Amino acid sequence: MNSATRTVKPLVDKVASPHAHGGNTVTRTMFRVQLALLPATACGFWLFGWQAFFLWLLTILSCLGFEALALKMMGRGRIRRSLGDGSALLTGWLLAMSLPPWAPWWVAVVGGFIAIIAGKQVFGGVGQNVFNPAMVARVALLVSFPLPLTQWVTPLPLMTLPAPGFVDSLHVFLTSLPPPDAMASASLLGFSKTELARGIDLLHALGGAPAPLVSWLGARPGSLGESASLLILVGGVYLLGKGIITWHTPLAVLLGLALPAAIGHAVDPARYLSVSAHLLSGAAMLGAFFIATDYVTSPNTGAGQVLFGVGVGLLTWVIRSYGGYPEGMAFAVLLMNALTPVIDRFIKPRILGRDRRGRPLTIPESTA
Amino acid sequence: MGIMKALRRLVGDDWGVHPVDHKRPAADLPSRRLPLPERVHLMLAQHVGAPARPVVLVGQKVRKGELIAAAHGNISAPVHASTSGTISAIGEITAPHASGLPGMAISIDADGEDAWIESDPVADPFALSPAEIAARVAAAGVVGLGGATFPSSVKLNLGRRSEIDTLILNGSECEPYLSCDDRLMRERPTDIVSGIRLMLIATGAAQAKVGIEDNKPEAIATMRLAAAAFGAVTIVPVPARYPMGSDRQLIVELSGREVPSDARAADVGVIVHNVATAHAVQQAVVLDRPLVHRMMTLNGGAAAAPGNYEVPLGTLVGDLVTLSGGSKGEVARLLMGGPMMGVVLPHARVPVVKGCSGILLLDAHEVAAAEPHACIRCGSCVRACPMGLLPLEMSARIGHDELEAAVDLGLSDCIACGCCAYVCPSHIPLVQYFYHAKGELSARQRAQLRSEATRKMALGRQQRLEREAREKAAAAARRKAERAARQGAPKAAAAATARQPEQAGERA
Repeated sequence: MNSATRTVKPLVDKVASPHAHGGNTVTRTMFRVQLALLPATACGFWLFGWQAFFLWLLTILSCLGFEALALKMMGRGRIRRSLGDGSALLTGWLLAMSLPPWAPWWVAVVGGFIAIIAGKQVFGGVGQNVFNPAMVARVALLVSFPLPLTQWVTPLPLMTLPAPGFVDSLHVFLTSLPPPDAMASASLLGFSKTELARGIDLLHALGGAPAPLVSWLGARPGSLGESASLLILVGGVYLLGKGIITWHTPLAVLLGLALPAAIGHAVDPARYLSVSAHLLSGAAMLGAFFIATDYVTSPNTGAGQVLFGVGVGLLTWVIRSYGGYPEGMAFAVLLMNALTPVIDRFIKPRILGRDRRGRPLTIPESTA
Repeated sequence: MGIMKALRRLVGDDWGVHPVDHKRPAADLPSRRLPLPERVHLMLAQHVGAPARPVVLVGQKVRKGELIAAAHGNISAPVHASTSGTISAIGEITAPHASGLPGMAISIDADGEDAWIESDPVADPFALSPAEIAARVAAAGVVGLGGATFPSSVKLNLGRRSEIDTLILNGSECEPYLSCDDRLMRERPTDIVSGIRLMLIATGAAQAKVGIEDNKPEAIATMRLAAAAFGAVTIVPVPARYPMGSDRQLIVELSGREVPSDARAADVGVIVHNVATAHAVQQAVVLDRPLVHRMMTLNGGAAAAPGNYEVPLGTLVGDLVTLSGGSKGEVARLLMGGPMMGVVLPHARVPVVKGCSGILLLDAHEVAAAEPHACIRCGSCVRACPMGLLPLEMSARIGHDELEAAVDLGLSDCIACGCCAYVCPSHIPLVQYFYHAKGELSARQRAQLRSEATRKMALGRQQRLEREAREKAAAAARRKAERAARQGAPKAAAAATARQPEQAGERA
């Protein structure tokens, strides 16, 4: 029956207009986002070596694998086509960008499971999830396995002498050995948080930091998406130029983060980090351009996106400055994801011929 | 201008889409007259409103321009013979609609002479009164040639009733592939401007603005030249952006006024006509020529001779294709109108009508459609929608059969322009959803009206039966009382029995 109906060509295959299409596809959109991530990712591989590459590869493979498994279990046909849309690949990629580059292999697998199964497929698959799958996985991993998720390493550019080779890296990756003490380091946000907790103010703490904490070139401890935050910015500008994202969300996130940071730092530099430290650290850039702009989990109007973005930026700053965790982008994104349906309910575009509340405009008395 | 464009994009006022227009080379070729087909089939319903009523008999000889079906009712338009010949049939033919359902048409076997009836040109058409102009337009069967096919005279009269200060002429022709209005503006600008001046008189408007998309510089130049002598007529280039030709969008662009969603353009002092309609008005009023042929574009990847043709109304699409040079390769989809809002034709044995601006023969490459994918909420449709709607939310509601929720989101404001589906990366047939919902809602409304009428009738019957029962009981009680009275006064008994048959008669 099924095969028979598939071979019969309908008399009129598509009745309703339009009979033209702009040519954009989901696959192309996802591909462009991945292209935009490429420079920062490649830079991350160079900085953190084979380990980072293995982690990235395995995270993506596990996301693809769990996506295929979920589709098969749910009896949804056309698994290859669904995988081909690139959304699971992108989720894996974004998750890998937010992990410590030397995280052990099982972090990638567990992360892929949480992102795809718990973050996306249980809601009904692509387009249906309330929360950003990569951030769901990031947060779940962080609260469940705080140790491997907070072990950052000093960058050892690939092909330089102390960097481990291909085989050694694979060994470390698969055996889940912690990074050697010599390389273990803290990210700027983590470092400042612990120093503040120890009662050392930032003016002293950052003065004697072991590694350059804010480096424009990115040679500093952090995730793939953190170290190369300027390359993330480059990718973001590419997305803006291609019209894949609009300025609303990224600008709002960055402003929502920068404004309170500027005020705080001006009031008490010993207590609050500077604007540049905030913008270039953690997942600020990655979040502003790649995470908060996720179509599915952000509002669908420009005004709604501004509100959403400001919320993400502000919450990130609040969590970074007052929360228990050094970085708050993932939490902030998830919190605002939860508000997205509400924002979409109240912020709608004005319909032509109607006022903001949906009532027809009044007819002008005189048209002179 | 570039800065304004960038600013517009920034504030999100960049509605619409910029499809590849495919207008050239067809737009640059001089228009041609289509050779006469052997037979034409003139639909009785070629306009919005009541279908025309035939006033000819089978076998009757008619000349070109002769009235063959008269307007019926307030909103209707007459139909005239588009060539000379013999009426061969008055019956059903496939209507130009995707359903392939039939409609009534008058068929004429052409005698090949194409002889016009005598006309009665006016010496000074600009001295005519507004009512006379409207009457001549009505008699010529002129309807909105942009595709809306609303009887033009009704709109002109509307102009006299409301306070119209601006007449807007739609020469934007924003649909890709089509260039019939472009050709008409390039080739007959003086006729169009004459038509516009007549419309100004008929509506009482002080000024006319002709909006032409800036991708038609030649038409803008010729029209400017033709309108130069008349201060009331200005040519305004508008940005090429689909759907600029939608009246509400064009009104905002040209007059800055916004038509309330429950009102008509005339309520804000504006009236919109197509440039081709202005041409038809000129033909009707100045030359006394009824609307019997029109310029239409034949285009598409499978059209062997793309271009613009002067086509007699009622010509079969198949004849139009053959007589113009045929098709090349396989025609994957046959369309009447443009690709954004055009109608799929079930086959080529469909006659062209007054509202037909073009016939597109699209090849397999042009109609290549991807399978729909789940919505990723990218919001492209929200940015593209010229009405400020949320197509993704509406289609999601419709998908769950929550039609009322879709109406709350503004379904009734949707103009079905197709921008949303054009930009959708998931290839969701959004317009199909909206058509479905609108059809379903009107079906439900009809069903509701019907059930209300049924309920009213049932209630009425019930009330009638109750009333009858009440009356019966009252009559019985009265009789009983009378009987009791009779028993009390036996003398009256004789009289009462005499009255009884009378009451029985009453009861029946």
